[in-house]
Amino acid sequence: MSATLRRLILVRQEQLMSFTKIAASALAIAAVSATAAAARDNVQIAGSSTVLPYASIVAEAFGENFDFPTPVVESGGSSTGLRRFCEGVGENTIDIANSSRSIRSSEIETCAANGVTDIIEVRIGYDGIVFASQIDGPAFTAFEPKDWYLALAAELPVDGAMVANPNMTWADANADLPAVEIAAFIPGTRHGTREVFEEKVILQGCEDSGAMAAMTAMGMDDDAAEEACMAIRADGKSVDIDGDYTETLARIDANANGIGVFGLAFYENNTDKLKVATMGGVAPSTATIASGEYPVSRPLFFYIKKAHIGVIPGLKEYAEFFVSNEIAGPTGPLANYGLVSDPELSAVQAMVANEETM
Amino acid sequence: MTDLSAVPGTAGGAKKSSILEADARTRRRNAAEARFKVYGMLAVATGVLALILLLISILSNGLSSFRQTFVTFDVPLSAETLDPNGNRNPDEMSKVSTFGYSPLILNGLKEALSARGISVDEVPDADLANIISRAAAADLRDFVLANPQVVGETLSFEFLANGRIDGFFKGRVTYESAERDSNVTPDQLRVAEAMVAADLMETRFNWGFITGPDASGQRPESAGLGVAILGSFYMMLVVLVLTLPIGVAASIYLEEFAPKNRFTDLIEVNISNLAAVPSIVFGILGLAVFINFAGLPQSAPIVGGLVLTLMTLPTIIIATRASLKSVPPSIRQAALGVGASKMQSVFHHVLPLAAPGILTGTIIGLAQALGETAPLLLIGMVAFVREYPEGLPQGLFDPASALPVQVYQWTQRSDPAFVERASGAIIVLLVFLVLMNAVAVLLRRRFERRW
Repeated sequence: MSATLRRLILVRQEQLMSFTKIAASALAIAAVSATAAAARDNVQIAGSSTVLPYASIVAEAFGENFDFPTPVVESGGSSTGLRRFCEGVGENTIDIANSSRSIRSSEIETCAANGVTDIIEVRIGYDGIVFASQIDGPAFTAFEPKDWYLALAAELPVDGAMVANPNMTWADANADLPAVEIAAFIPGTRHGTREVFEEKVILQGCEDSGAMAAMTAMGMDDDAAEEACMAIRADGKSVDIDGDYTETLARIDANANGIGVFGLAFYENNTDKLKVATMGGVAPSTATIASGEYPVSRPLFFYIKKAHIGVIPGLKEYAEFFVSNEIAGPTGPLANYGLVSDPELSAVQAMVANEETM
Repeated sequence: MTDLSAVPGTAGGAKKSSILEADARTRRRNAAEARFKVYGMLAVATGVLALILLLISILSNGLSSFRQTFVTFDVPLSAETLDPNGNRNPDEMSKVSTFGYSPLILNGLKEALSARGISVDEVPDADLANIISRAAAADLRDFVLANPQVVGETLSFEFLANGRIDGFFKGRVTYESAERDSNVTPDQLRVAEAMVAADLMETRFNWGFITGPDASGQRPESAGLGVAILGSFYMMLVVLVLTLPIGVAASIYLEEFAPKNRFTDLIEVNISNLAAVPSIVFGILGLAVFINFAGLPQSAPIVGGLVLTLMTLPTIIIATRASLKSVPPSIRQAALGVGASKMQSVFHHVLPLAAPGILTGTIIGLAQALGETAPLLLIGMVAFVREYPEGLPQGLFDPASALPVQVYQWTQRSDPAFVERASGAIIVLLVFLVLMNAVAVLLRRRFERRW
């Protein structure tokens, strides 16, 4: 074997050795530090994508003004957040669940089964749900809940029998509305917003239009009638949006006749592209929602695991900061972004300070 | 070698033919070939067109995110507001929150405007303050707490302009849209134009977009990719350190040492199947194994890296086995012939010759992992994270975001300024992907041996 060849082989051997050494030591470091992973020092939050923008505004300001690290805020939806919240107590579980609806009794039971017993419910304010269309589109300026019911119901009672919804244009539902094809973009069933929409618009419209009474007269019991009221047509006139409001906005951008369901905060950020319609004669604004005049709104919450207070640094401070007047008050950054401030904020502040559980 | 079924003379039979003039059958065959060429060119053109459209849309939307509008003016750091006790003690001064700093910035701005002769009497104070980013107060507070001795002085500061003002200089906001926009008024735009004329405001390259952390929906102008780039880097490090030794060891054993029996066949089929499993499945696995069972922290790059390792391993094993297979058996036989052991023949001869292929496979696997979002969704990395993870190795356990996650998150924000930033983040991601693939191509060109 020639000398050069031998040297070449030796070099290769050395290279191989050094590579294996590096790989082995890197693995060793990873293993050692895995066992020595320090206690978590940041607050972990997950839940509703409606609450996410508010929570991230608060988290950002919290990190800037306190010595604690900025909390980590995940989205994923109210139900997902609450499910993870109820997984148990400990550093590997989240400390706070954001939710655009109140916690259900079934979820409280799951929580209790996993050892999450003391839950603090914090109402941060109200969120309005608005109906908006292209700013230069047809004149959708005033809606009643019954217009939406008549336009979107799967079946309507006609002469004592349920028939497939015959309304093809908005004018069919209400002669005052523009005679354009119905194209509604509503939140998908995954969203907490859908529940509010069904309850406060569709069901309300069903009652207002007399359809509910007609169904009861046809011999349906109350539950069946309610279910029939809230069944949304599936012939393409109503489109479920499972993504975010940005997707609804993109759909409306592409369809001049489209009407979308948005959160007030999203609309406030896009007033140059969207025009909003009144509902029941009331225009949505932080003022009309706070006073309760605007019918379609819902409270927003976050839930704190009491067992984590004192264990996770900054958890209580974050909660108190969130509901403080300078953040959640009527002139604070959250109201500025579109959150309707809670008129009973001081009661909420006292609740958080005293760590009152549900 | 090959069967030539259409040997001239046997097919034509008695019919006379000349190679100088094309008969009907030849013309048909030539036409078929020409048609196929057209189809091929159409297919290529479709691909290229799609790529060009994608690039045009991303570049036209995203290039502007690398530039940002800055405002520079003097801010009087009033001692009464910032340090009421006069001790210059940062602990006491930290009682003054960012809300206490905002009026100082507004005052500074007003003075700077009146000194330049820009009249702002008709603009309300709140609108005037909104010309400056909401991040400004926090920046100023950080600076003052870090340098308490500056309290009482008047210093020149550079702040970001509000996203809407910035949008005006990028053409996203116009006087017309400002009329209808509840977040900006035409008066603010007029002031901004006057400020540019007075050299108080300028639009230029913004490193903050690449190095800064994410920001909330109220201040798109200060949102950056720093945490996401760092998080992606840490994850890629974990993936590289784990997949390369494990993947190469597995492939060498399977290719060179393992007996060929049903069991190894089964393993082989399963590896190919794993490569096709949707990535979200690995996320579910990661949540169950690494977080719930092993107790690793949520939102941490180590978990992300482990999950992506599982996802990348099959790709790397397949690539490595292919490149080991392409080393001719004569090399192994020659090594064995001069007395090398099987292991020596593999490690001294086969592996070095297969290395370029292995590295190419690894880099392509890494590039695939870099662009992955779905598995990260379940392990808490799709999150609003503002704190930079620490240095290695502790940083592996700190919360972090990732590049594709940042794109996904920004597309969901309501402020239109985030559309531009999402496209900007895609550009950064694409640059990383192109660089990695270029390295792969270079390695192949440089070291590949053909037999």
